[in-house]
Amino acid sequence: MTKNRSWIPYLLILPSVAFLALLFIVPLLQTIWLAFSDNGVPSPANAQRMMADINFARSIKNTFLLTIAVVPVQLAIALVMGTMVAKVGRGRETILWVWTIPLGISDLAAGLVWLSILQNSGYFNSLLLGLGILERQASWLSYQTPVALFFAIAVAEIWRGTAIVMVIIVAGLNQVPREFKEAAEIFGAGPWTRFWRITLPLIRPALQSALILRTVLAFEVFAVVYALGGRNFPVLVGEAYNWQNQNQNYGVAAAYAVLIMIISLAATLIYLKAIKVDPERLP
Amino acid sequence: MKRLMSFGIVASTMLAFASPVLAQTVFVSTQLRPIEEATVVREELLQDVGDVDYVVEEPPQFAVRMEAERQAGTRTVSLVGALHGELSPLADRDSLEPLDDLAKTLAAGGMPQSLLDLGKLGKSTQQYIPWMQATYVMAAKKEALQYLPSGADVNTLTYDQLIEWGKKMQEATGQPQIGFPAGPKGLMARYFQGYFYPSFTGGVVRTFQSADAAAGWEKLKALWAYVNPNSTNYDFMQEPLAAGEVMVAWDHVARLKNAISAAPDDYVVFPAPAGPKGRGYMPVVAGLAIPKGAPDKDGATKIIEHLVTPDVQLLTASRVGFFPTLNVKLPEDLDPGVALLAAAVTTTQASKDALISLLPVGLGDKGGEFNKVYMDSFQRIVLQNEPIADVLKAQGETMAKLMTDTKASCWAPDAKSDGPCPVE
Repeated sequence: MTKNRSWIPYLLILPSVAFLALLFIVPLLQTIWLAFSDNGVPSPANAQRMMADINFARSIKNTFLLTIAVVPVQLAIALVMGTMVAKVGRGRETILWVWTIPLGISDLAAGLVWLSILQNSGYFNSLLLGLGILERQASWLSYQTPVALFFAIAVAEIWRGTAIVMVIIVAGLNQVPREFKEAAEIFGAGPWTRFWRITLPLIRPALQSALILRTVLAFEVFAVVYALGGRNFPVLVGEAYNWQNQNQNYGVAAAYAVLIMIISLAATLIYLKAIKVDPERLP
Repeated sequence: MKRLMSFGIVASTMLAFASPVLAQTVFVSTQLRPIEEATVVREELLQDVGDVDYVVEEPPQFAVRMEAERQAGTRTVSLVGALHGELSPLADRDSLEPLDDLAKTLAAGGMPQSLLDLGKLGKSTQQYIPWMQATYVMAAKKEALQYLPSGADVNTLTYDQLIEWGKKMQEATGQPQIGFPAGPKGLMARYFQGYFYPSFTGGVVRTFQSADAAAGWEKLKALWAYVNPNSTNYDFMQEPLAAGEVMVAWDHVARLKNAISAAPDDYVVFPAPAGPKGRGYMPVVAGLAIPKGAPDKDGATKIIEHLVTPDVQLLTASRVGFFPTLNVKLPEDLDPGVALLAAAVTTTQASKDALISLLPVGLGDKGGEFNKVYMDSFQRIVLQNEPIADVLKAQGETMAKLMTDTKASCWAPDAKSDGPCPVE
């Protein structure tokens, strides 16, 4: 009886597979073709044009720097927030709810929020002026202050993207059985040892998904950078947008899109290899 | 209950199919896009011309939509409103209705023939009807005037005087006070094409890598020392002007209007500075055209006739800051801010050394890459301090390739060319 029905699971996932093929794989193949063709013949012209562009090297450097700076900080903050909230009894939901507010705000809106804080006539300058630290408005977001600009973008990204990491980690923490910790406590393990030896290894699957998700999103950072840095801080997705929208050259834009995809895939593979998850712990 | 529901379903289905009967004339425009301006169009300018659906579209999407409808052979758009340069690729593909009868009537009614000729886009028939015009000017806070170098008149400013002015303002206030819209959505590329290059070299494409151009870039670097570094974030100059971040700015009249209309007594508006070859300036013309195969050609013609009547043209000027294409006198009770802008436009056009520079023609969908050549040169020379000669040589090659690819011939102020415009 069960043997005859072995096709049922495949039938059930068929609609979603068809949906993915239609709306994901077809456009993906079209993009790859657009990137590596010129007037209908295969050609590396678009990739060459992309690599010769003045903003290419800068956009790669900026994207990687931002990812390296933002992702570890987000992970650390999320872990701290997650363990803190685990100790809280009453009001836990309210705290979690407040912490996840940035999740509900669109990227661009988050960028604009930080723009209103950091621009010349923004809240930050007003505060410094009011405290007498500054004599006149300072600019934090111009091409002449690359360090401040980088810092501003990193802070805005951390503010915006930490909540999603925290949600995943809290879910992971909830699955750690209480008995393990209690047993460790009986044997005299301190809080640090318990965290390092028990909690961290047990939330590996959550860590892995959080890292993959955040890193891929960090490589695709755009709206926050666009709002705060404009042309001053080129990133990969921003360049793809510029070539598509302002320069109206779809081929070069597609070349950027393919490059972003390759980088994201590579990062995912590295995480899958580096943070091994026991097969029995997979969902 | 069940009967009521099925009745509801039947009724809504019938309504859904019946709605095309209440045909609206679809009017797609790349101009007057901001919500306030679009509301003015819908509620004031298009009143009493029947049922018009005014849809705004960003220029890149507009180009894609028009091309998609042409390829599909089904038009939904009956009327388009767009800039001269945005309509020219449509005319190149032969997808606009000729409007010669309308043009004849308008010429008799006082629309300047030179302006109407622009609407032919180099063809033998009228491709679009000039709808509104504008240009770029400079605006300054009145308190900045005290720092003007002695003997300088804002209406006949030169680049040397502007640099001197910037220097004095910076010394007095401790901050750079000149602003340019060099942000991602700013119109800085037009500054290079219509103002900087014509003023210093007398050309736009031919003279791109000339010695005159190199000298001009040196001047711009000198000027940039007094330009607010936030300029690379500015899209519309009205905001930094109103916020007090800069005292002097260059921009499109429509992108200065809000600041000046809000406090007309605080500002002076004047022409852009002159270089060794004259005072370059770029008129901007927006036109109305009917795509071939439009579903409601008569409705569209009626809307064009309505929008170019003197009353509507004056209303347009006072509400959105674009000026009439008809030869009409602006009324006395015009919004004082718009009156200031209009006076500056007249002063620019009447300047003895005025050098008109037209919007690029014949570049088709390569207009964006043409702008990029100028913006990349600016980024490398001024912001990254690379050697001028090397940058101009490299960017000049890109420009030459662009011209050969598009086969665009020269436009004013460059001398006419047979075939693609050469980079000399």
